[in-house]
Amino acid sequence: MNDLLNQIELVGEWLTSSAQWHGDDGIPHRLAEHLTYSGLSLLFATLIGLAFGLLVGHTGRGAFAVATVANLARAIPTFGLVVLVVTLAGLSTAPVLVALVALAVPPILINTFEGVRGVDPDTRDAAKGMGMTGWEVLLKVEVPMAMPLILLGLRVAAIQVVATATVAAYPGLGGLGRYIVDGLSRNDYQLVIGGSAVVVALALVVQAVFTALRRAVVSPGLRPVVAKS
Amino acid sequence: MIRFDAVSKNYPNGTTAVDALSLELAEGGLTVLVGPSGCGKTTTLRMVNRMVEPSAGTVSLRGQDIREVAAPELRRGIGYVIQHAGLFPHRTILDNVATVPLLLGWGKKKARSRAAELLELVGLPATMAKRYPYQLSGGQQQRVGVARALGADPPVLLMDEPFSAVDPIVRGELQAEFLRLQKELHKTIVFVTHDIDEAIKLGDHIAVFRTGGKLAQFDTPERLLAHPADDFVADFVGQDRGIRRLSFVQASGLPLREGPVLPVTAPVADARSLGEPWVLAVDAARRPLGWAAVADLPPGGTLADATLAPLGHTFALAGDSARAALDAALLSPSRLAVGVDAQGAVAGVADAYELSAAIAGASAGVTTTGDAAGAGTGDGTGVPTSGAPDTTPGGVQDGTAAGAGAPADGEAAPEAAAPAAPAAPAGQAAPAEAAESAAPAEAVAPADPADPAAPARPAAKLTKRDAGEGGPAEQGGVGGGER
Repeated sequence: MNDLLNQIELVGEWLTSSAQWHGDDGIPHRLAEHLTYSGLSLLFATLIGLAFGLLVGHTGRGAFAVATVANLARAIPTFGLVVLVVTLAGLSTAPVLVALVALAVPPILINTFEGVRGVDPDTRDAAKGMGMTGWEVLLKVEVPMAMPLILLGLRVAAIQVVATATVAAYPGLGGLGRYIVDGLSRNDYQLVIGGSAVVVALALVVQAVFTALRRAVVSPGLRPVVAKS
Repeated sequence: MIRFDAVSKNYPNGTTAVDALSLELAEGGLTVLVGPSGCGKTTTLRMVNRMVEPSAGTVSLRGQDIREVAAPELRRGIGYVIQHAGLFPHRTILDNVATVPLLLGWGKKKARSRAAELLELVGLPATMAKRYPYQLSGGQQQRVGVARALGADPPVLLMDEPFSAVDPIVRGELQAEFLRLQKELHKTIVFVTHDIDEAIKLGDHIAVFRTGGKLAQFDTPERLLAHPADDFVADFVGQDRGIRRLSFVQASGLPLREGPVLPVTAPVADARSLGEPWVLAVDAARRPLGWAAVADLPPGGTLADATLAPLGHTFALAGDSARAALDAALLSPSRLAVGVDAQGAVAGVADAYELSAAIAGASAGVTTTGDAAGAGTGDGTGVPTSGAPDTTPGGVQDGTAAGAGAPADGEAAPEAAAPAAPAAPAGQAAPAEAAESAAPAEAVAPADPADPAAPARPAAKLTKRDAGEGGPAEQGGVGGGER
């Protein structure tokens, strides 16, 4: 208990010192870097994951390939990938983005695919039978009905990316990981804890954003179903 | 309207879902496709809106090959209702119903006001409009399904077992309302079910399929019950088809006698003097109140002082079927069915023997055009002749031929019944005595031209002819006289 109080005190001290709010090593700058890495990789991952997830879920073709690719991608260690790409491509933002995209695609892809595939065949049949084109079935029926799962995939991916973007600091890039990496190398415990706290706070904010998003875009008609699963 | 020309559907794995089907469905008619599972009835239905493409043959709608129209466009012009409704869970009830109008680009406002009308049409309160499908019962969801199919007022409706997923009571309600709706809308409906009772209740025409996608018989319900084309159809329509046929015989043609009917104000002594075990008490407007058992009457006073046994139920001469009349007789404490006129006043009574004799004749007139004509040639009076083409059981194997003949057939059937029908009730008092004395035997006795009951004869004579193949009712009618 004392430990915890001490740590909170340390974090409080760190957060309130004015040095943390200015300059290249200040929280705003590091946060902006962090959000840039996270945002960009999430954007790419969403494009890839949604496109393939919707395609495969809608057509029903390539389901096995999707599962295989997604599971393989999950098995790749993010840190190892960052180091590998940096070694091969040199120091830049790209290796970090590649690693984070690889991390974020599987949950988006799998959840999107499962969401679309899980649409009641009767509903799909009725949609088609009433004269919807393939695109209309996808956009007016399958996507709205898969939305809870699509958002779940995005949320999992976003939180993982936000937390994992700290690895960018290892090859000497910025982001909130700097505090943790630098703190560990300097044995500056306060720095490590403070940096971690900001990352945790960011993850919580992401979670809150997705909760709000879900309320806004998921039809009330689907909520009871989702509550069960 | 909808025409199948040598249509087959074969799947790559070698199964044949539909085998060389030729069938023509009349405009404004309700055709039921019925058969055991795997008989291709659903596949046949789904070929109409191109949800399934035939392997061979053509399906045409109003003379146009449906392949000439893009599938989504074709489907927007055809209502589609499926077993579990298939509502969109993410849309409100109103927006579900507005689906097709929205697809057709009507604009939200117009589409929704149309949807609101449709909800009312299918009997759903306006308060449901804002709800989501999960908040509705199965029966309500199915109503929404029907409303949604009617969205753009399509001339054709395809319904794939729409009522089979709800409980029997709700199913009965939905069927009754659906028939009411169809009377208003006159859609051309193709309806798939595995339930022969539902088929008979709803269909103007019934196509019975057998496993392997072959059409076994295409006919009106009446003819299907009277003349199943083969053992498969006979077996499929069931053991009690004789009783079911009675549903197609109008009660108006049944012979009634005056019977022991007294105003409720009549003295008890009058009831005793009739010499009947039961007396029917009626009010001032001759509406039936109940049966009084003569043995249990109080010593004095009027019938109003007696304990009246309930009627069971009565049957209306206009509107009810012979089946209802026979049921009324069986349920009545006095064993007499009470027929009432449009005002609810007692028109007369009849017991089960009297009814069954007449029913046998009348149902023969309705359903066996060919046979009836043959049987009646002897006396030539009141013989039900019909303009219907002779669609003998053998002939109906050919779907096209039966299809062409069928609409005419349907119209002819009531006419065929007509000559037999008015004969029976003519002069309620006169036939009463004859019927009372020896009802079943009389009914099949040779005609005496002078007998006042003679008009009933031609119908009764048909009984004899039809008895061999007839249902239980007919056998009951003949039994007393001949065996």
